[in-house]
Amino acid sequence: MGVEGVGARVLRKEDRRFITGKGKYTDDMFVPGMKHAAFVRSLHAHAKVTGIKVDAAKAMPGVIGVLTGKELKADGIGNLICGWMIHSKDGTPMKMGAWSPLATDTVRYVGDAVAIVIADSKGQARDAAEAVEVTYEELPVVVSAVAALKEGAPQLHPEAPGNLIFDWDLGDEKATDEAFAKAAHVTRMDIVNNRLIPNAMEPRATLGVYDAGEDHYTCWTTSQNPHVARLVMSAFYNVAPENKLRVIAPDVGGGFGSKIYIYPEELVCLWASKKTGVPVKWVADRTESFLADAHGRDHVTHAELAFDKDNRIVGFKVQTIANLGAYMSLFSSSVPTYLYATLLSGQYDIPAIHANVKTVYTNTAPVDAYRGAGRPEATFVVERMMETAARELKVSPAELRRKNFVRSFPHQTPVIMCYDAGDFDATLDAGMKAADYAGFEKRREEAAKRGKLRGIGMSCYIEACGIAPSAAVGSLGAGVGLWESAEVRVNAVGTIEILTGSHSHGQGHETTFAQLAAERFGVPIDSVSIVHGDTDKVQMGMGTYGSRSGAVGMSAIVKALDKVEAKAKKIAAHLLEADEADIEIKNGDVRVAGTDKTVPWFQVALAAYTAHNLPSGMEPGLKEGAFYDPSNFTFPGGCHICEVEVDPDTGTTEIIQFVAADDFGKIINPMIVEGQVHGGLAQGIGQALLEGTHYDDSGQLLTASYMDYTMPRAQDLPSFNIMTTETPCPSNPLGIKGCGEAGAIGSPPAVINAITDAIRNNDLAMPATPQAVWAAIQAAK
Amino acid sequence: MYETQYHRATSVEGAARLMGEAEDGKFLAGGMTLIPTMKQRLASPSDLVDLRRIEALKGVKISGRTVRIGAVTSHYDVSINEELAKLCPAIVSLAGHIGDPQVRNMGTIGGSIANNDPAADYPSALLALEATIITNRRSIPASEYFVGLFETALGSDEIVTAVEFTAPDKAAYKKFPNPASLYAMAGVFVAKSGDKVRVAVTGAGENGVFRLEDAETALATNFSPSALDGLAVDPDGLLSDMHASAEYRANLVKVMAKRAVAEIANRPM
Repeated sequence: MGVEGVGARVLRKEDRRFITGKGKYTDDMFVPGMKHAAFVRSLHAHAKVTGIKVDAAKAMPGVIGVLTGKELKADGIGNLICGWMIHSKDGTPMKMGAWSPLATDTVRYVGDAVAIVIADSKGQARDAAEAVEVTYEELPVVVSAVAALKEGAPQLHPEAPGNLIFDWDLGDEKATDEAFAKAAHVTRMDIVNNRLIPNAMEPRATLGVYDAGEDHYTCWTTSQNPHVARLVMSAFYNVAPENKLRVIAPDVGGGFGSKIYIYPEELVCLWASKKTGVPVKWVADRTESFLADAHGRDHVTHAELAFDKDNRIVGFKVQTIANLGAYMSLFSSSVPTYLYATLLSGQYDIPAIHANVKTVYTNTAPVDAYRGAGRPEATFVVERMMETAARELKVSPAELRRKNFVRSFPHQTPVIMCYDAGDFDATLDAGMKAADYAGFEKRREEAAKRGKLRGIGMSCYIEACGIAPSAAVGSLGAGVGLWESAEVRVNAVGTIEILTGSHSHGQGHETTFAQLAAERFGVPIDSVSIVHGDTDKVQMGMGTYGSRSGAVGMSAIVKALDKVEAKAKKIAAHLLEADEADIEIKNGDVRVAGTDKTVPWFQVALAAYTAHNLPSGMEPGLKEGAFYDPSNFTFPGGCHICEVEVDPDTGTTEIIQFVAADDFGKIINPMIVEGQVHGGLAQGIGQALLEGTHYDDSGQLLTASYMDYTMPRAQDLPSFNIMTTETPCPSNPLGIKGCGEAGAIGSPPAVINAITDAIRNNDLAMPATPQAVWAAIQAAK
Repeated sequence: MYETQYHRATSVEGAARLMGEAEDGKFLAGGMTLIPTMKQRLASPSDLVDLRRIEALKGVKISGRTVRIGAVTSHYDVSINEELAKLCPAIVSLAGHIGDPQVRNMGTIGGSIANNDPAADYPSALLALEATIITNRRSIPASEYFVGLFETALGSDEIVTAVEFTAPDKAAYKKFPNPASLYAMAGVFVAKSGDKVRVAVTGAGENGVFRLEDAETALATNFSPSALDGLAVDPDGLLSDMHASAEYRANLVKVMAKRAVAEIANRPM
């Protein structure tokens, strides 16, 4: 590696503009004549809309227009869809209820959009939104997925009787039953994975601009995948054909999954721009974000793990009820199925697994992928079960895990995934050593003298990243392919632009992607620019989520770099009158290996564009594109160890140390990887200790602001002790596995395992707030 | 936020006059509760009369053991007052732990007690210190001032100008914060003067701040944490919400009371 190449701890190029307030977000976009939108939202969790009166609102100062779902439908704008088809075990397709971008006859959650008001100022739009008179006939409400499945529960969608969207199976039920019949020990648990509200720093926002002269739309939006937004809005929502719709996702202040989906607001604003003749901007306030961003998690699971007499796992049964909220969001169906049940083998060699997942409609905000998406839920089930089994079997939790590790690769699990590489002993050893696991009992005794309950817990997780081989996901129901594209443009003076279909909303792509070119050509990263987030600039792309930008997005760049390098070498060989095979590119020089015959990199680029002296028949220019479709998922894995002290008087948990030993394969920029791990751990520890989403029985969201929804603060977190081991991923050219979600996936069970170890009561749900821990201590007395 | 008229008063009399002229006015003394409430469109005063720039209402005055804190003295200014820290460190520490730095620099003692949020910190101190709340019309003992949730003895256009109390021999405040808002979920102020002990609790009561008389009695004869071992705090009458049940709050009240007593007992002065 060079000083700025692969493996270098290069400072992030983008941070200068972010930390000096010079980032350009959607809300920073102003176009002439721009007006402001406010949405009229349902205050009821479930109601028939019996009337919408807009005249009073239209007469308010500054109001340009008030539009409803009826007009939207009349203009042929389609319903929102879920883009991943899941079939129930009986072969029937999932039962998707209609989701009108503006509700016309029924509202199904508090925050459901009913109308849009456009006015000169944001304040005027809000004032007028309050003047829209919507009359409702309230309907009975159900917020819990378990309750929604019960007979007589309120019915949300006529398409989904009993609120059941699908009843899906994975694995071999018969083989699993047979394994259980012979088991020496079975560990059984009921496990809840708490609903989370994402809370990106930048709320969602959009600016829709219709150009009547060109009959063309531009949509600025807070998206993790602008091309997918354009595809879906064109192909399914009938907003405009693709060639008449440009989607731009400029700087985006965090996504965590919540900005993957196409929500009602951006397509309504686009349509409203044409309808009213003015550009329409909408920016969510924080409470709107709480109410109407897609939430995450919300699983209720019963799991049974069977062991033989030697404590080897022989079978695993999992039944999960997943709450998908009031409507099926874009990828909602894939999260509790192919991103969840396929990871139930964990790091373990389990011969038989059977999972059943029922997904359910409730009168709550839609639920979709949130950092980790299915994999945190799977890891929480597997790792809570392993720790609990170890306690029941009275063996060391580490040794029980070690005994059952997968050790030969590739390893085909009974739940689709084929692990390509890994070394689970290495991460467990590294984690235990760093945490001084062996010395724990002494520390427990010392803490007891101070009146504190000390506990330790671990989590050995695996995840599937680098989403995903297109043919494979297509066969499983995905509506899109999950490849990535890249284009490398070498300018005539040797500077480089890399166009990518990945989207950076905090990940640092402008730095890491540039490091690839620096590594390849020896050019400084300052002469490499990363272009992303605009469908007019980048031909096509699938965006950033599922820790895919390294493994898939960078692999596409590598393929394009290969082509550029090949052509550059041909030109150089011609200029230097040497054999192409002898040309090497090093430190910005192109040379004949072993000689002093060189030509500077910029002269090769210049030669490509002057085209005065190119090899016979060669096209001018130095610009290549590539599409990369991965051959497999990647499998990051690791060991997280958490050590806590609980104050028995108040139930307060203090994290004394948190160790994360992760195997991410090859690492491009260790500093950025560490940042990703820190952020992921903060979110995972937030889920475990702090973040609880509460709806009351009438479907009102009680945790709709920071007064009641507890985001992790710096004071809640320890100084992390993180390290990596490396088994390169064999499935992509860089050997990258992905690191964006690991922290959020691995940490929650480690935290809960530690607290339950400290308080000697295993019955503890997330979030383990002081009240919950205190109650669990009282219950164990 | 709905449209509102902002007025900056320069004297108490002027503020009262502005309020009298307003259709549906509110005094502003920091706005740490009022402004967020207005932003959420849950309050829509026609006029805001800002008291924070009235010089006469600012500052801490100490004579002998008598402490007078002007109504628009910020929490920050209380928290850094060295003279007060020598005389009554508990109230200085309390002020230094209200909200976050932004809140401490904007929020004022008068604003806090006029709003009388059941989870605010100051009410427990003023009740335990047997403080007097001085307004532009009269003086009100703390025991009569705090009436209920967000309810005080103040008339609609009455302005708190200062609070006054005699520094106790010893005092301490311990709070257990709500994990999300960091407001007190149970905050206990213990003040000891001679044999007299006062224990006041904020954050936990259904009717706002209250005195814990059983604890006072127990501590009057034996001022030590163990005197509270047998204390049974009745969950009846305590707040119950998603963050803390009444039972959990009752436990926290006892734990915080013991910790406050322990802090006093362990303090060198």
